[in-house]
Amino acid sequence: MNNKQESMSNTDQYEQISSDTFLRGLWKENPVFVMLLGMCPVLAVTNSAINALAMGVASTFVLLSSNALVSLLRDFIPKQVRIASYIIIIATFVTMVDYAIQAISLDLYNALGAFIQLIVVNCIILGRAEAYASKQPLPQVLLNSLGMGAGFTFALLCLGSVREILGTGSLFGLMLFSENFQPWVIMILPPGGFFVLGSWLLLFNYLAMRKKQNISLNQDVTLRQESSDAG
Amino acid sequence: MAAFNHLKNNSSDWLMLRALVLIATISGLLVVMSFSLSKPYIESNKQQAIDKALFELVVNASDKKEFIIAGDKILPASELMQLKQEQSSEAEIKPLYALYNKQEKLISLALQAEASGYQDKIQILYTFDPKCQCIRGIKVLKMAETPGIGDKISSDKDFLQNFIELDTSLNEDWGTLKNKIVSVKHGKKRHLWEIDSISGATISSSAVARMLNQSAQQFVPIIMKHLSFLQSKVLHRKPGQQGKAVLELSHE
Amino acid sequence: MQADSLTYIFLNSAIVNNFVLAMFLGICPFLGVSAKKDTAISMGLAVIFVMLVSSATAYGVNAILMAFNIEYLRLICYIAVIASAVQLVEMTMKKYTPSLFRALGIYLPLITTNCAILGVALFQTSREYNFIQSMVFSLGAGTGFTLALLLMAGLRQQLELAKIPNVSQGAALTLMLAGLLSLAFMGFTGMGA
Repeated sequence: MNNKQESMSNTDQYEQISSDTFLRGLWKENPVFVMLLGMCPVLAVTNSAINALAMGVASTFVLLSSNALVSLLRDFIPKQVRIASYIIIIATFVTMVDYAIQAISLDLYNALGAFIQLIVVNCIILGRAEAYASKQPLPQVLLNSLGMGAGFTFALLCLGSVREILGTGSLFGLMLFSENFQPWVIMILPPGGFFVLGSWLLLFNYLAMRKKQNISLNQDVTLRQESSDAG
Repeated sequence: MAAFNHLKNNSSDWLMLRALVLIATISGLLVVMSFSLSKPYIESNKQQAIDKALFELVVNASDKKEFIIAGDKILPASELMQLKQEQSSEAEIKPLYALYNKQEKLISLALQAEASGYQDKIQILYTFDPKCQCIRGIKVLKMAETPGIGDKISSDKDFLQNFIELDTSLNEDWGTLKNKIVSVKHGKKRHLWEIDSISGATISSSAVARMLNQSAQQFVPIIMKHLSFLQSKVLHRKPGQQGKAVLELSHE
Repeated sequence: MQADSLTYIFLNSAIVNNFVLAMFLGICPFLGVSAKKDTAISMGLAVIFVMLVSSATAYGVNAILMAFNIEYLRLICYIAVIASAVQLVEMTMKKYTPSLFRALGIYLPLITTNCAILGVALFQTSREYNFIQSMVFSLGAGTGFTLALLLMAGLRQQLELAKIPNVSQGAALTLMLAGLLSLAFMGFTGMGA
């Protein structure tokens, strides 16, 4: 995150739109798995896949619209009051989402509880506004926020589906196993959230390490080949 | 905010003010717009949730009428606006639902009750049967109890058995309940006014007992006093005459 | 014990429903600032202080909003209240206790985006606590946050001496530890019944 911020402020030019503008939020700079941002909703509302999906979509909407507005107003907001302005903009869109969800489904609203309003303090949104949207024009910002939002939703779904399958034996409310399945209730309780997220991070660490090993192994092989060629 | 140390001349003050005023205006407009656009949907959603719960609790009901309990009077819900104008809404106003069967006979009444549970407020709807003076069923409208433990209050079959006939009969003077509704330890239920707790979820269970006791103590006497009014279905009269009818009934 | 008695509110928010380990509020500082015990204590104290100030202010703001029937501005007002409470605490500390200010310096601005603070304000509103209850609730929540932070810092300091597999280095291990702590705190479930 910090590295990125520095590199952005150093280059005063706009980023070229490429598939990377969208895709890096999904994987390379995934806000949850890589940057470890916005953990509170990630852990709190992922006790079922449908809650996770709703939270992801709501956050994506707030991210997209608030960053679009920040980008449009970027030359208009003086530096001194930028944080205050960003927070007001974000809080506005969160309030809108809050009412929209209440209008769509009360059950969903009750399940997500206070965590819809807590999107305001999700560091991903303020972080993106500060590091990216305040410096880039609208199209780039839209693509990038969409990617970040998708990455966030993806991470939420990863957690939500695993926790729901293990904790209740169902996915999106559909039973997956026969009645004999004894649900692992702890997985939908708070400790389960920590364990499942920890396990996902372990998996990604492991994959990253294997990739690194493979690369160094390949390099070794090529080096050896070169040396044997030379010999 | 360390940026305040930057140049502080008039023009930058003006720029800051301009930006903040513009943003506040935009956000104010957006919030008010979304609030007023979503309001009718939210209210109809709430109404639907209550209706669904009502007809699930009382299966053979075919018609529903809304009343309000204001002070110790019961009025049709259509007089809510009038009531608010007359009194400065000092008395507590509580919605009351009356359910009738096909023969237009009153079969059940329903009220909302709430109390703080393990994490947040628990809100339930319960049905009261005036014939046996007992509670016939509950439905959880809103809660944030621990999944797998406290949230069993809405699904646990043994727990819901408590509310098939939960005694709320009144004292001779019709002022309070003969027996307080209390929750007892799992498997220790001896009387019809006791609620058998879910083992491991005593706080959630006792919250239900508390809200039912509080609500029944307050409203069952009022309901029983006005029972003939609720049974008579005088609801189709013109609004002007209804106030009179209520007064006459409460004198009886 | 009654669910709205002061003792219950305090114990419930501090231990039984610990803000960090059971409600998942304030996870970012919990993962970020829990490497050393002394920074954990400083952060905890700063959070308790800001929580009390913002909770009291939020109570007043909510009363005003309710009086004018403009509850839809609640979220925007709360976040503004919290941001200014943090600013206020920063300025007061700088003036009267410069040593404490230097110790807490970098953590204070971070508190604005700590969801535990906004969480306290939102929960005290939705649970309809009165003023005294709100203050006890925010004190309990702050204590719970500090407790969780301190426990975690103790564990992580011990871990530095232990040999662990490379794969589990960093956040993954911290989360696993947090899971175990959370499991331990679940043992308090039902306390006060």
